[in-house]
Amino acid sequence: MCLAIPGEIVEFVPDRPGLAKVEVSGVRRAVNIGLLEGEGLAAGDWVLIHVGFALSRIDEAEAKATLTMLEGIGAAYDEEIDALRESRID
Amino acid sequence: MRFVDEYRDAEKAHHLAASIAALCEPGRQYKFMEVCGGHTHTIYKHGIEDYLPEAVSLVHGPGCPVCVMPMGRVDDAIHIASQPNVIMTSFGDMMRVPGGNGSFFDAKAAGADIRMVYSPLDALKIAERNPERRVVFMGIGFETTAPSTAMTVLRAKAAGITNFSVFCNHVTILPAIKAILDSPDLRLDGFLGPGHVSTVIGCRPYEFITRDYRKPLVVAGFEPLDILQSVHMLLAQLAEGRSEVENQYGRVVPWDGNTRALQVINETMEPRPYFEWRGLGFISHSALRMKDAYADFDAERIFDIPGGRVADPKACQCGEVLKGVLKPWECKVFGTACTPETPIGTCMVSSEGACAAYYNFGRFTRERVKEATR
Repeated sequence: MCLAIPGEIVEFVPDRPGLAKVEVSGVRRAVNIGLLEGEGLAAGDWVLIHVGFALSRIDEAEAKATLTMLEGIGAAYDEEIDALRESRID
Repeated sequence: MRFVDEYRDAEKAHHLAASIAALCEPGRQYKFMEVCGGHTHTIYKHGIEDYLPEAVSLVHGPGCPVCVMPMGRVDDAIHIASQPNVIMTSFGDMMRVPGGNGSFFDAKAAGADIRMVYSPLDALKIAERNPERRVVFMGIGFETTAPSTAMTVLRAKAAGITNFSVFCNHVTILPAIKAILDSPDLRLDGFLGPGHVSTVIGCRPYEFITRDYRKPLVVAGFEPLDILQSVHMLLAQLAEGRSEVENQYGRVVPWDGNTRALQVINETMEPRPYFEWRGLGFISHSALRMKDAYADFDAERIFDIPGGRVADPKACQCGEVLKGVLKPWECKVFGTACTPETPIGTCMVSSEGACAAYYNFGRFTRERVKEATR
């Protein structure tokens, strides 16, 4: 849970203004975007995700660089992605 | 310098390492604390210490939320998990943290219903699906994680979910930094500020460190190059006689933080008069509890917790490691009695803990570096 991971917003969840579907390393899950209220997020934007919540908006270059680094750290990142895969936020 | 091959920008790293060396005053030793466990991880993974000039040492701080959890609170959580009809939910990192009577894993093996979740929202979902059960979320983490717990409680309240509560163990980083600054054990020259905590609290709250203690602080990113650049910025401040808060990680951290996140924390939580940190002892106003208005979501008020204090095992020197007084390998039980498989202390449990990071990466990197420089 110590990691914050970049995800790309792929779509918004109809009737749930606080949620967005993001894609992280091939895993697509819903996360809460309530902490970035009023930031005018759109599909294609990148956000830093921590325990199911988008914490800050980042640019694509930063997101890609962070992903490369995270993929390089091995077990800790794999565990985070496995945990995300189990997540059922809706 | 073999390691720079792994960098995004090898040339920049070469250049930085050289100018770091040039900024060091001859004969002076520099000690910088990296507050965040994520930084410790990067430092050991990439062997950064071994390439800094001898005069510069990095000291690992208390910024791993799992590592600072005192044994008594783990026992309290297991007590709650053992009550009738309870489902305890927790981040995976917490499962192996030893209390006085074992860990969550041990309690689960003994029959308690303890489930790993990715997010507090997943815990809330379990509550919605099991209306006849009492679902408790083990809230741990610094200001990075507290807003998620707060948002989940707000959501539970709005949705009228009454079988969900939080065992709140959220901690705040500034009082811990202050405790370290006030501790006579350690003389520090500056800080690498935590990247993700600062995403929430911003950079201003660190100003007491630069103003009252005259120590520079640079909020740092998590890549090897970020760490090197931040060390460079700290040395430049010292060389110019400045002590300021600077933001190296501006591409992610806004100077004023995330106001909405701070707002939801303040809506639902308030500082405790004091809280025990593993190895550091009791620190005033260093943790959060649920506000009275959210008493219905406060596991501490719903369940009668023992609230006992359990002394750390005698052999364990996590306290010294968390204060940066000892390096992981200087602990008496490091790598022998205490390993990631059978941790005695919390620093060996989390992958962000200084001991686990050194055990998993650091010692091998050091060997490789020794060989390369032979």
